[in-house]
Amino acid sequence: MSTTLFDKVWDSHVVRKIEDGPDVFFIDRHFIHEVTSPVAFLGLKERGISVLYPERTFATADHNTPTIHQELPVEDALSANQLKALEENCKEYGISHWGLGNIKNGIVHVVGPENGITLPGATIVCGDSHTSTHGAFGAIAFGIGTSEVEMVLSTQCIMQPKPKKMRINVTGNLQLGVTPKDVALYIISKLSTSGATGYFVEYAGDVFENMTMEGRMTVCNLSIEMGARGGMIAPDQKTFDYLEGRLYAPKGEVWDKAVAYWKTLKTDADATFDEEINFSASDIEPMITYGTNPGMGLGISKSIPASKDVAEGEETYVKSLAYMGYNQGEAMIGKPIDYVFLGSCTNGRIEDFRAFASIVKGRQKAANVTAWLVPGSHVVEAQIKEEGILDILTDAGFVLRQPGCSACLAMNDDKVPAGKYAVSTSNRNFEGRQGPGSRTLLASPYMAAAAAVTGVLTDPRELIK
Amino acid sequence: MAYDKFNILTSNAVPLSIENVDTDQIIPARFLKATERVGFGDNLFRDWRYNNDGSPKTDFVLNNPTYSGKILVGGKNFGSGSSREHAAWAVYDYGFRAVVSSFFADIFRNNCLNIGVLPVQVSTEFADKIFKAIEADPKTELEINLPEQTITLKSTGEKESFDISGYKKDNMINGFDDIDYLQNIKKEIVEFADKLPY
Repeated sequence: MSTTLFDKVWDSHVVRKIEDGPDVFFIDRHFIHEVTSPVAFLGLKERGISVLYPERTFATADHNTPTIHQELPVEDALSANQLKALEENCKEYGISHWGLGNIKNGIVHVVGPENGITLPGATIVCGDSHTSTHGAFGAIAFGIGTSEVEMVLSTQCIMQPKPKKMRINVTGNLQLGVTPKDVALYIISKLSTSGATGYFVEYAGDVFENMTMEGRMTVCNLSIEMGARGGMIAPDQKTFDYLEGRLYAPKGEVWDKAVAYWKTLKTDADATFDEEINFSASDIEPMITYGTNPGMGLGISKSIPASKDVAEGEETYVKSLAYMGYNQGEAMIGKPIDYVFLGSCTNGRIEDFRAFASIVKGRQKAANVTAWLVPGSHVVEAQIKEEGILDILTDAGFVLRQPGCSACLAMNDDKVPAGKYAVSTSNRNFEGRQGPGSRTLLASPYMAAAAAVTGVLTDPRELIK
Repeated sequence: MAYDKFNILTSNAVPLSIENVDTDQIIPARFLKATERVGFGDNLFRDWRYNNDGSPKTDFVLNNPTYSGKILVGGKNFGSGSSREHAAWAVYDYGFRAVVSSFFADIFRNNCLNIGVLPVQVSTEFADKIFKAIEADPKTELEINLPEQTITLKSTGEKESFDISGYKKDNMINGFDDIDYLQNIKKEIVEFADKLPY
């Protein structure tokens, strides 16, 4: 029978099917961090049970860590306590832990692939909805809640009904200045934040085939923002080249066998999906969001739609625009901004810093802009220095911070003040996401860079030579 | 770990008709620093419920004494965004035992089921009826009958059935959770794992 990539990976991990219930689904690799794991460990202790496969779980501290002076003790007592809990729990149960100061530390969805923990055909979960990132390698990867973290720790399984299948095809050539982030924001703007709820997405078509692994990670990362549990892309030579030689990737003969298996991981030609959607690459411009969910996005040259032209109800739409301080019909270009955030599991990788640097090179940060440039990991940070990107950033008046989730969710001190506008390369523009009262405009690293040097929303294509 | 058993819940309800309520609104990230599951209800809808100085926002529904009950009725696409189970904990800790909406985000729905809060998905039309009935009379009662899988607007007797898998339904009626189940099939899991390539 013809099957999809998703079917092949899912079906090979079902331990047991429960009649009129979920599948008992085996998890190959489990990531944990300080925020969504403590209560799961507490549950283990209360039940008096242990961790079944400690070697299948990997811990990193990222959500609630400072991005300056990481060498000093964390000032906030609650945050420090959470970091300590992660460290102690990992020690107690024999789980590898990359805490602050560890050279491998960074955002969980950046360090997983960097270290070859993420593999094609694997099932991967984490108590974080952007776990979908790892689907870029042809893995089934998705976010879970803390009860499920406890399930994985104790039995390496969770109970999941198999999602429906959707394929999103984007074909043709992307325009100048259009990045993987723009492709994802475009798709979400068409599908809305609930358009793929209940589905697992496969991204297909030459746009994704031609994308780098980092670009694919950005796209899969944002799958959750259209409601999908996850998104995946069939592994190919680029995937194998990226993984070969990485710390946890198979080696020698095992590698050869793995690659032979990975090459079988693709959707059969006549396999069917519950839903199939096609987009043309040439329709996509550099994107910007104007509202309070990631589906409220448009091409930078466009104006904010009238309420009659959107899917949301009047009350919801009006509330959203009022929060943003915007009106229907206004143009986005030229809107004042206050903050720029480059980073997160969506756009905190080396290619994102290269893109940002390519625009700010030879220009100066606008005086009205506060910029937070936060690498996704120490590896990314080191690359930024090695490649001379740090010099470009410094010359242009920018400062590089230390790795972590930072202003994406503003659990640490990197909070955008109330009423201020932030052009952010992260993934969510929800009310207060980047700090109470903050107003977020989601965009690509190019768009963020263009705003950072001009001080207003600017079409990045004008600055790309 | 067992949680509250759920059978038939009859209660008036709190209406929140805004669409796309994300889990950052249900509980903002800065309140996720605890290492124990306590006190999250105090910060449920924190930034919609309180001003920066901590005073209540009088126009928010949770601060309106007219509305109360163990059922929260939300707008379409309730619980989108972050996977934080803290959102479900906050809903529970505040005192809600069921959330009704015409559409739920996946992870939030799962998280609710895993801690004993029943997500009840109804048609858009039925959700509208509920909102209108509560608007007309805030003391309007809803009856959620889990064994029968029905939700009834008590004032008019209008009724709709809702979906839940037989497995999850049994769990909720008996207060069992998935870990109880998984612990019992550990041997089968280990045998399965031994055959996997990685």
